Amino acid sequence: MSDLFDDPIPGQNAPEFTVSEISGEVKRTLEGTFGRIRVRGEVGRVFKARSGHLYYDIKDDRSVLACTTWKGQISGLSVVPEEGLEVVVTGRLTAFGAQSKYNMNVDEVAVAGQGALMALLEKRKKQLEAEGLFAPERKKPLPYLPHIIGVVTSPSGAVIRDILHRLRDRFPRKVLVWPVAVQGKTCAPEVARAIEGFNRLTPGGALPRPDLIIVARGGGSIEDLWGFNEEIVARAAAASQIPLISAVGHETDTTLIDFVSDRRAPTPTAAAELAVPVRLELMAWAENQGARLTRAAGQAVQLRRQRLNDLARALPKPDTLLETPRQRLDRISDRLPGALISGVQRRRVHLSETAASLRPATLRQLVEGRRNRLQNLSSRLSLRPIQREMAAQKDALARLAQRLDAAQAARIDRQRQSLAASGRQLEILSYKATLGRGYAVVRAGGDVVTTRAAAAAAAGPLQVEFADGTLDVTREAAQTGAATAPDKPSGGDRGDQGSLF
Amino acid sequence: MTETPVDQMSFEQAMRELEGVVDQLERGDVALDASIALYERGAELKKRCEDELKRAEEKVAAITLDANGTPKGTQPLDAG
Repeated sequence: MSDLFDDPIPGQNAPEFTVSEISGEVKRTLEGTFGRIRVRGEVGRVFKARSGHLYYDIKDDRSVLACTTWKGQISGLSVVPEEGLEVVVTGRLTAFGAQSKYNMNVDEVAVAGQGALMALLEKRKKQLEAEGLFAPERKKPLPYLPHIIGVVTSPSGAVIRDILHRLRDRFPRKVLVWPVAVQGKTCAPEVARAIEGFNRLTPGGALPRPDLIIVARGGGSIEDLWGFNEEIVARAAAASQIPLISAVGHETDTTLIDFVSDRRAPTPTAAAELAVPVRLELMAWAENQGARLTRAAGQAVQLRRQRLNDLARALPKPDTLLETPRQRLDRISDRLPGALISGVQRRRVHLSETAASLRPATLRQLVEGRRNRLQNLSSRLSLRPIQREMAAQKDALARLAQRLDAAQAARIDRQRQSLAASGRQLEILSYKATLGRGYAVVRAGGDVVTTRAAAAAAAGPLQVEFADGTLDVTREAAQTGAATAPDKPSGGDRGDQGSLF
Repeated sequence: MTETPVDQMSFEQAMRELEGVVDQLERGDVALDASIALYERGAELKKRCEDELKRAEEKVAAITLDANGTPKGTQPLDAG
């Protein structure tokens, strides 16, 4: 630098730089003057370039400091800067001559203060909860008696010792320890890898897969426990197929993994208690079950035997059953021969009683009786009653015949008288009487009486009856007759008609 | 009864069924034939439970990791 002042351009007091020269000077000054520094501020805009480098701002209420973390440095950060996070960044100031800008190359980021950490934790909790990773239905039941327990913790220290002690007390099991750093920046990736690694093991393989995982760490400051608040740890625990118990810190410390684990144990010792039942209690239980089993089975037989005995006692003896029938049989068989004899006896008596009356005299007597009756009846057999009856009938017949004749004669007489009266009446009423008084009856064509001149004219010859006889009249004669008898009364207007009378 | 063979049951399964068997037998409402079969089943289950309880062996090992952080084997862990 002194060279510049030692060799001034003539006419000018101030030295002259090229842009690159002054940029280089500024860069050197910045880097040289400040060296490695720590800056506290709130993380502003964060931009991760495609190249993998990380660009972000650290700001306070008045100023902004541009920060850069190169790709290779990112893995070394214990906290990846997030917008809004209060951090302390460590690195060197430098300048970027191409843009006339200065910035800070950060190789370490630390969260500034507990309040900032808690705010970050709250933010992550909200995010994971919104994804549903805390949901109760995601929680898997712990196996009642795991065969192999995988423990993710530091291989040295009180935590693994406490767990193994408590397991030994309760129920010794196979334990597979996956050693991890439980604090510092390697903690989170190692724990996450351990959880994933246990899940990748195959059951029954050379490295047998545990059926329960305990992630444990002793108490510490929030910064110490911070690894268990990292998202990768929480996500690995949530993704674990193997049931997982988290036991990080003391009872009052709650880390992110506690929300996603299947069970949270307040301490590592409590995790061992959740993991296995107490063996001695189980043995006592099994003993008790065995005793109950035997007793119950024995009782089942005993009760039935008792019942059988009771029933057997109530069952009557075969002899008793047969006694009464046997007595009856005895009594009856005693009576059997007597019954036969008396039966024969009875029939014999009956036979002899019947046979006694069976004699020739009885038969004769019977025949005699019948004969007497016959004679008696035949003596009463005579014709007299019939003859008497016939005589009586004959008289009756004669009387009836007499009455018949008389009745008939009377009837004929009566009719004769009636006929004579009618004849007289007939004579009185007969037209013949009028003939005597000068009238005549004209008949045309036989016996047909005509009273009309027209009918008489139409007919052939006429007969005229007078009181004393009948006269046949022809047509001509009639006409002549009419002319010769004008004085005859005529009902008509023509002479030939009137001539008919 | 379940179809799982007793010797393949987990301790918890065997335990639950043994309890069921004992309860059933103690109620005394099982036919004699069935109660004998039940007793035999119960005895088997009890044996299974006891075997599981006897198998209480402690074996602690720590996983050793290679450079990539993948497990390559185990070594005894002396955690005191």
